Amino acid sequence: MKTQSWNRLPFSSHLEQFPIADRHAPLPTPSEPMLVYGNGRSYGDVCLNDGGALLRSRGLDRFIAFDPVSGRLQCEAGVLLGEILHVLVPRGWFLPVTPGTRFVTVGGAIANDVHGKNHHDAGSFGDHVLAFELLRSDGSRMRVSREGNAPWFAATVGGLGLTGLITQVELQMQAVANPYMETRSQRFSNLDEFWSLDDQLRGQWPYTVAWVDCLGRQRGRGIYSMGRHAPDGDLEQQPRWREKTRNIPVDPPISLVNGLSLRLFNALYYRQPIAAESRLVHYQPWLYPLDAIQNWNRIYGRKGFYQYQCVLPFAHGRTALSELLDSIAASGQGSFLAVLKTFGEREAPGLLSFVRPGVTLALDFPNQGRQSLKLFERLDAIVSEAGGALYPAKDARMPSAMFRSGFPQWERFSQFVDPAFSSGFWRRVNR
Amino acid sequence: MNALNKVIIFGANSAIATEVARQLAARGSQLFCVARGGPKLDDLLADLRVRAGDDALVHGASADLADLQSHEAVWADAQATMGGVDAVLLAYGNLPDQQRCENDVAAMCDAIHLNAVSAVALLTIIARDMEEQGSGVIAAISSVAGDRGRQSNYIYGAAKGMLTLFMQGLRNRLAKKGIDVVTIKPGFVDTPMTAAFDKKGPLWASAEVVARGIVQAMEKGKGEIYLPWFWRYIMLIIRHIPEFIFKRMSL
Repeated sequence: MKTQSWNRLPFSSHLEQFPIADRHAPLPTPSEPMLVYGNGRSYGDVCLNDGGALLRSRGLDRFIAFDPVSGRLQCEAGVLLGEILHVLVPRGWFLPVTPGTRFVTVGGAIANDVHGKNHHDAGSFGDHVLAFELLRSDGSRMRVSREGNAPWFAATVGGLGLTGLITQVELQMQAVANPYMETRSQRFSNLDEFWSLDDQLRGQWPYTVAWVDCLGRQRGRGIYSMGRHAPDGDLEQQPRWREKTRNIPVDPPISLVNGLSLRLFNALYYRQPIAAESRLVHYQPWLYPLDAIQNWNRIYGRKGFYQYQCVLPFAHGRTALSELLDSIAASGQGSFLAVLKTFGEREAPGLLSFVRPGVTLALDFPNQGRQSLKLFERLDAIVSEAGGALYPAKDARMPSAMFRSGFPQWERFSQFVDPAFSSGFWRRVNR
Repeated sequence: MNALNKVIIFGANSAIATEVARQLAARGSQLFCVARGGPKLDDLLADLRVRAGDDALVHGASADLADLQSHEAVWADAQATMGGVDAVLLAYGNLPDQQRCENDVAAMCDAIHLNAVSAVALLTIIARDMEEQGSGVIAAISSVAGDRGRQSNYIYGAAKGMLTLFMQGLRNRLAKKGIDVVTIKPGFVDTPMTAAFDKKGPLWASAEVVARGIVQAMEKGKGEIYLPWFWRYIMLIIRHIPEFIFKRMSL
C-alpha cells in the first residue's frame, strides 16, 4: 500500500503496516526495518520507510491523567495536539509550544522537536516534555526524562522516530485565562525593517512571526505578527467564535500555485487591512490558519510540493537571508506563504534538534522536478556558507553532506538508533 | 430531547462505543462502562476521567457478557452506582470468521450466542426495569449486515438480524411507555484496528462521526438509524434485489 507524507512526495510502498492501539503490547517483529507513522503531517520521507514496515500509532489516543493543580498531562503518544487543546483549553490550560498545525501527534511533536511562534520565549516542544516511555525492539521499556536516562532523552527528542516507539508522554501545560489571543500586526517594506522590528518587538511579545514576499522587486516586504494569550478580563464584546472549515475535495490536475496566482496573492495579502490597535482573536485562526482548510496540500496538484525550511545563525543571518530571497526571486519560482521567524538563544534539548539561535525561513514550492531541485542546490550553498541547517521534518531531498554539516551530533545520535528501525530519510542522509 | 445524564455502555471498549463515551464525558454525562476486564478497560476509564474533568462522573465494571448469569449483577451494580439510569447503549459483539463458522458448529454457535442471544437476554432485563421506570432510552448497535443474508458474512448477519428484529418488537412494546428504543446500523467504520486498510473511499466513516450520529439518535429517540445516512439507501437497494438474482451475486 502506498503512503504519502503531507507534501505528497515521495510515494513510498510499505511491505507491512501495523496498527498500534495498545501501549502495553510488545512491538511487532517484521523482518524488514520499521518506523513509526503518526498523523502524516511531516514532509518528505522522515515519516516514510520505503520497502519497510510502518507502525501506525494514531490508535494510541488515550489520555492517562491530568493534574489540574500543576498542569501536568500524561497521555499516549498518538493523541493529537488538537485533542489536548479541545479537552484542556476550557479548563484554562494550553500547550506550551505548538507548531502551525494542531493535527500532529504528541509523539511526532517530540520526534521532530517541533517549534512554534514562541520559540524565543518558550523554546521547543521537547523543552516541556517531562518524561516519556520508550519501547525498543529488544522488548525493553524505559522511562526517559532529563533526570533518568538523560542520553536517551537527548537522542529521542528530535530523534525522527528512529530510537524506538514512544508509547506515552508526560507534558507540562501552560496556564491561560481564556481561549483568546491578543494580537497585533505591522507591515515592513524590506528586510532591514524586519530586523529592526524584530529587535524591538520580540522582547515584548511571546509569539512573533513574519510573512515575507519573496517575488520580484517586492521581495523582502512583509507583515510582522505578534501575539500573547489574552489576560483574564472582559471578553463580553468578543463575539463567540465558531470554526468554519473548508475542504479541497479533489486533486487539481496541475498546481494552482503558479507565478500568476502567487503575485496576486502576495499583492493582496500585503495590502490586507491592519488594525493600529491590538485585537482579540480566538487561538485557532491565529495559531492554525491553514487547519481551517482541510487537505490544503491538494492545491499543489498531484505532483505535490517541496517545503524548504532553513535556519541561519545570527552571525551571517542578515546577509544570507537577503541572498536566499535574491536567488528565489531570480529563479522565478515562488512560495505562497514564506514564513520568517527568529529563534531564541536557548540550547535545544535534542541531539538532532533543528532549533538553534538564528533566523528561520520556511517556503513552499510546487514540485517542478529538476528545476526545483536546482534551485534548492543554490539555496543549500547559501545556507551552508552561513553555517545553517535544513529542517529534517520538512525535507525530501537534502544531500548527506548538508545533513552532516547542519547536525554535527549525527554520529553520536546514530548510536541510539534502534537496530530494527529505519526511515527513508535516514537511509538517504547516510548514503 | 432525551436526557443523557446517566448512561450505561455495554462493550465500551469497541472503537465506536469509546467515541460515544468520550463525547458524553466531554459534555458532563455520568458514565458506567462495562467491558471485559484488564488494562484496556482501566485505560479507557482513565481516558474518560481526563476528558470529563471529574473522576466522580466515570465508573466501570468488568463482565463477560457472553455469560448470561453475569447480566443481572452488573446491571444492578450500574444502576446503584449512578443512582438510576437515563440511557443504555449495547455496543458489544464480535465479527466472526465466516469461513471457520461454516465448518465449525461450535464457533458458529458462539458467534450467534454472543451477538444475538446474550444481547437479547440483556435487553430483556433492561426493558423490564426501564418499563417500570417509565422513561429512558435503550439503544443497540446492530449492523447493515443484518438487513440481508449474504454469502460473505451471513452468520454475523443472522445474529444482527435477530437483534434488529428483537429491537423492532421491543420498540413497538415500549412506545406507549415513554421509552425510546433505538437501533443503530453503522456501515464501514474506520477504526484503529483497520488503520492499515485503504479507507479513502466515500463509504468509510470515522468512529467519531458515527458516534456523533449515535448520540444524536439517542437524544432524539430515533427508531432505526443508518450511519452515515446514505447506508439507508444502499441497503434499500440491496434488500430489494430479487432473490433469484441475489442468490447468484457475490456480495
